[in-house]
Amino acid sequence: MRALAPGRAARLVQLALVALLAMAPLLLGDFRLFLLTEILIFGLFAASLDLLVGYTGLLSLGHAAYLGVGSYATALIAIHLTDNVFAGIAAAVLSSGVVAAATGWLAVRTRGVYFLMLTLAFAQLLFTLAITWDSLTHGANGLPTPKPTLGPGDGGGALDGGTAFYYYALVAFLIGFGLLRAIVASPFGRTLVGIRENEARMRSLGYGVARYRLAVFCIAGAVAGFAGSLTVQHSNYMSPSGISFEVSTLALIAVIIGGRATLVGAVLGSAFVFIIRDELSSAFNEHWRLVLGVVFIGVVYLLPRGLSGLPARTGLLSRRIQTTAGGSA
Amino acid sequence: MIPGIERVSPTVLELSDVSKRYGDLLVLEAVSLSVDAGARHALIGPNGAGKSTLFHVITGTERVTRGRIVFGGKVITTLQEHRRTQLGLGRTFQQTSLFDGLSVIANVELAVQQRSGLAHRLFPSSRGRTRVNERARELLELVGLEPREAILAGALSHGERRQLDVAVSLATNPTLVLMDEPTAGMSRDEAMSFLSMIASLPASLTILMVEHDMDVVFELATWISVLDAGKLIADGTPEAIRGSREVQDAYLGEGEHIAKLFGPV
Repeated sequence: MRALAPGRAARLVQLALVALLAMAPLLLGDFRLFLLTEILIFGLFAASLDLLVGYTGLLSLGHAAYLGVGSYATALIAIHLTDNVFAGIAAAVLSSGVVAAATGWLAVRTRGVYFLMLTLAFAQLLFTLAITWDSLTHGANGLPTPKPTLGPGDGGGALDGGTAFYYYALVAFLIGFGLLRAIVASPFGRTLVGIRENEARMRSLGYGVARYRLAVFCIAGAVAGFAGSLTVQHSNYMSPSGISFEVSTLALIAVIIGGRATLVGAVLGSAFVFIIRDELSSAFNEHWRLVLGVVFIGVVYLLPRGLSGLPARTGLLSRRIQTTAGGSA
Repeated sequence: MIPGIERVSPTVLELSDVSKRYGDLLVLEAVSLSVDAGARHALIGPNGAGKSTLFHVITGTERVTRGRIVFGGKVITTLQEHRRTQLGLGRTFQQTSLFDGLSVIANVELAVQQRSGLAHRLFPSSRGRTRVNERARELLELVGLEPREAILAGALSHGERRQLDVAVSLATNPTLVLMDEPTAGMSRDEAMSFLSMIASLPASLTILMVEHDMDVVFELATWISVLDAGKLIADGTPEAIRGSREVQDAYLGEGEHIAKLFGPV
């Protein structure tokens, strides 16, 4: 291990993870593979929230709104127009991006608790709209959607079966996640971190902060819409519960449990949340939320940097800790 | 770069009749002041004289109640803070304001990338990135922080934070830098090395500073303006200010300053 440079070691770990994900259908049963697909899709959604919460310091309580807009867009396209996956994704990304731009235009002008309340309010508004606009959404009954297809036109290249859809979702996840990684590593991503760290100074450096906040809000919304599209294509069903407050909070919990401003933490956190839900719901029935709550409190107390901060905590990366400590001494 | 800014003008900044009122409190009263290109211009005055407020209305964190501010030939009275920075108005802070969670070099790069139009890029050329990094290094060298580039800004000593603050401000390519008490809280040695660093900055750069330490003021300043109770009571060369009756009166009761101002003469 010592011979490896940290960057190379990280790259090897990444490759191993991707290889493991690619082999997952061989290793997991149907149920577990279904769960893993769910985790990847929700993980992408949580990672898009991390762009706001972790990188820019914008605590949103209503991110499910953009997931939901993407889901409904895909569902409606699939029912009324075509079940082609790419058409569904394009509609989802576009519509959620536009809704994010419209709501974000107002939201990014506020700070802290006001931003939190405003994002929550927008999400609740869309949730109510989804329930009451019966002619479009079938209200609480929801919309069953046809199975998605890869080929042009209806019926061609159906994504039938868990394994085919898993590989489709994996590729979509890697594209979305890769995009988020590129964003946070870019000068634009650094600008976001600067806004989180010291907004006043950013202004004095000549940054028009509101513009960047709006830009990241739209990007996060569009990626959430992408994840929303995948959600519907996976479950073949959309109802207002997919846009609910619980979805927003679960994503936030996933980001915090996994570790903010890491992206990968959001996916780890999602895995954690979903595994707790599925493993514990048999043992605790509806009380799995209680268990999740207790675990959440524990993680916040014991691991302030979340699960992805665990290696540093246990001394696996002790060299890095020493340099940090040496610097502050 | 920006039209109008290269105009050869002996005056970089001009305040005309600037007043600032907070409710019933008149903090600045009809202040008119000009800052010459290349000057090391010091703004002094007793506590509560309105020095910080004057800085705020110049940088744009506060708006004037009345009056006009012209910078580089442009009226900036109502311009937003970040627009003023883009025109070449830089500042350092009384409480150093840095990105504590980022490395020293990343602090400077954030400022450089804004100036070089890279800040909104998702996929910049590697050449652009290298240029940003090289410029950031140059600036760190200028302020003497190059060996510390990899350290987190939050881990720097007080004096080093001041140096970094200057490097970050210079990265915006300012023609005028406002420095709010740059040597406050520094040890004697730190203050002296800071002064020699300031002295080594290009003469074309104009500096307007608020400073309490009279040694620093008389060491550095080529021009001094004195503010008292929101009014400009004196404006002149260091020699003229030293001899001014009005300035002595304004400082009466602040024995320490008096000794510093007039003791060594």
